[in-house]
Amino acid sequence: MDGEGTLRLHIPGARFRPGDRPDFSYLRLPPAGAAPRPPVDAPAIATRDLAFGLVRTLDDDGVAVGEWNPGLGADELVRGLRTMALVRAFDERMFRAQRQGKTPFYMKCTGEEAVATAQTYALRPDDMCFATYRQQAILVARGTPLDEMMGQIYANALDPTKGRQLPVMYTAKSRGYFSQSGNLATQFPQAVGWAMASAYRRDTRIASGWIGDGASAEGDFHQALVFASVHRAPVVLNLVNNQWAISSAQSVAGGEESTFASRAIGYGIPGVRVDGNDYLAVFAASRWAAERARSNHGPTLIEHFTYRAAPHSTSDDPARYRAGDEWERWPLGDPIARLKLHLVRAGAWDDGRHSAMLRAVEADVAEADARAQALGVHGDGPHHDPLTMFDDVYKDMPWNLREQRDELAALPGRAT
Amino acid sequence: MSRMNMVQALNSALDVKLAGDPDVLVFGEDVGFFGGVFRVTEGLQQRHGEGRVFDAPIAEAGQVAVAIGMGAYGLRPVVECQFADYIYPAFDQIVSEAARLRYRSGGEFNAPITIRAPYGGGIFGGQTHSQSPEGLFSHVCGLKTVIPSNPYDAKGLLISAIEDDDPVLFFEPKRLYAGPFDGHHERPAVSWDGHSKGDVPTGRYAIPLGEAAIAREGGDLTILAYGTMVHVALAAAEETGIDAEVIDLRTIVPLDIAAIEASVRKTGRCLVVHEATRTGGFGAELSALVQERCFHWLEAPILRVTGWDTPYPREFEWEYFPGPQRVGAAIRRVMAE
Ligand SMILES: Cc1ncc(C[n+]2csc(CCOP(=O)(O)OP(=O)(O)O)c2C)c(N)n1
Ligand SMILES: [Mg+2]
Repeated sequence: MDGEGTLRLHIPGARFRPGDRPDFSYLRLPPAGAAPRPPVDAPAIATRDLAFGLVRTLDDDGVAVGEWNPGLGADELVRGLRTMALVRAFDERMFRAQRQGKTPFYMKCTGEEAVATAQTYALRPDDMCFATYRQQAILVARGTPLDEMMGQIYANALDPTKGRQLPVMYTAKSRGYFSQSGNLATQFPQAVGWAMASAYRRDTRIASGWIGDGASAEGDFHQALVFASVHRAPVVLNLVNNQWAISSAQSVAGGEESTFASRAIGYGIPGVRVDGNDYLAVFAASRWAAERARSNHGPTLIEHFTYRAAPHSTSDDPARYRAGDEWERWPLGDPIARLKLHLVRAGAWDDGRHSAMLRAVEADVAEADARAQALGVHGDGPHHDPLTMFDDVYKDMPWNLREQRDELAALPGRAT
Repeated sequence: MSRMNMVQALNSALDVKLAGDPDVLVFGEDVGFFGGVFRVTEGLQQRHGEGRVFDAPIAEAGQVAVAIGMGAYGLRPVVECQFADYIYPAFDQIVSEAARLRYRSGGEFNAPITIRAPYGGGIFGGQTHSQSPEGLFSHVCGLKTVIPSNPYDAKGLLISAIEDDDPVLFFEPKRLYAGPFDGHHERPAVSWDGHSKGDVPTGRYAIPLGEAAIAREGGDLTILAYGTMVHVALAAAEETGIDAEVIDLRTIVPLDIAAIEASVRKTGRCLVVHEATRTGGFGAELSALVQERCFHWLEAPILRVTGWDTPYPREFEWEYFPGPQRVGAAIRRVMAE
């Protein structure tokens, strides 16, 4: 024991590391259906408990219970299930493509598919999303052709970023998807600005902003909350707490002392903590926040409580820093399996249809990949002309860039 | 002596300082248990304890700010910024605070902090994992900026940086971590094994900040370079067959002006090479200095070979990277005058 007057620094860490046997019983998860659903015009202070609890609708038997059950029809749920399966198959394929050298890099969202899928369907198609690299499900849910997405990853002729951006840094204006940045957190307050502009113009569209548990430590997160609060911006602010930021546990971002959702309270914003692997709960929380924003009741911070089943990226080896079977032991399960169970329970789905659907999405992904690869992969074009790298620095190209472009063009074989 | 690549040499520098000085501590994103995404801090937490080597919240401004506060108390924090591209959130803390603390307090406080950051291109990292932002910092008085080109220098310079009483930015060309890279990306990668600068003492030694090294002696022209471009310049000198003298600046602030002057006065010709974008880059400063101080010795205009004035484009990495062809062509132009 240190004596009185001797100070000590707390160093947070991960609960489990390689070799440990993960035991998540400390989480003390509230039962499904326990959380009340306040009216969408409730004052923020009346929603306080939602920031510390966990909105859940699916119980262990896959039955939807409680006030947050969004009452979606079977067709809508099957659509969600299929999108999540498609995203997973897409991720698997692109991860392999990296191993085969067809792209230098890839990032999967395995285990987190419900978060972006359910939110996208809870939004309107023209609401604007400011996503991170782990919300590819937004693009898939909005019907983006998969070969177009692959084109960005392969940097081929289909790549809207013209070969300039890191793989998975999509841009898709026509699909309400803002150009992604590799810099964490920067887009979160930009989503607020877009929402403020929509209100300024008396538009009806809202924005959705995204950030990870790790990145929420950046000042940008707090700037987003303060502007959203001050101007009651029509924005849904999503924080995906997937427990990890590369090798750092969410405790390193402050998740040990309080919930991430509870940060909203100090700003007078509702904070809703939701079981991110419960498709219905994510949909319901997202719909609640979207309705609130659209009816001028201002922003909501949603903490999606989930688990990053995948490595951080293709450059990462999580076996070095986390227990190998953590995901298997994650008490909130797999979002696809849980929605499937719910549909089966409701008599709307069965194993046969499920396997057929899995085969179908895999075939879709394989066909899209064949089309995409025909247009070139990383290191083996056709790509955009390298001379296009001088375009778009400015609207009009200044003399120095024109000269530099000419210099590159004149180099034998364009070899520098 | 031990054979080390640049990652191991940097790790050894941190290890030596942690062992020798209880006021040194190391923090940054993923540097603790994991040992850093480039493995530079591997094993350090296990050896020196969680209280001295730990993961920081992803908040670069916060990391530098708390380092300044720790420095004000009397510690010597070493911050790892995961990529130089992610240093910008900390810009205000570095420029307005760390750089001016000594000045604004009349010398009462100082910021003896080191900010390490993997830097430069060559790994298909696109615009957010490839930048060379040294020029943004060399423009700020009160900061020192170090850019090593090999394992031996990296260790000795990092030790000096940590021991320095002023804030130091320590940019680590990540393309040099595993081996010397001369821009010939089409050839198999070379390791530091067998390279004379891969022989690194295991204990403490320091290379003073502000001393350039002559990477290659020559009489025909002077090439001023640092980091990866030292190796590119060496390759270009060999390939053109021109007797170039390659000066490895090692630290750009403080700058070894005497070494530059001596070389240019000897050769009468000067070429400046850096990977960073051209306009307003450190090459402009070098070119101006040489012109001001060596004009009467110059037989040809000073040329610059630099990255183009665009963000680093992912797929066109090798059309962007200033490689040996471009440097060779510039050497010939300078010689033709
Ligand atoms: C400003 C900035 N700092 C550091 C990084 C490097 N980096 C990329 S992803 C990442 C971890 C982010 O974790 P989290 O926000 O939890 O998102 P997740 O990867 O879990 O989805 C880090 C540190 C970066 N991209 N940008
Ligand atoms: Mg995370």
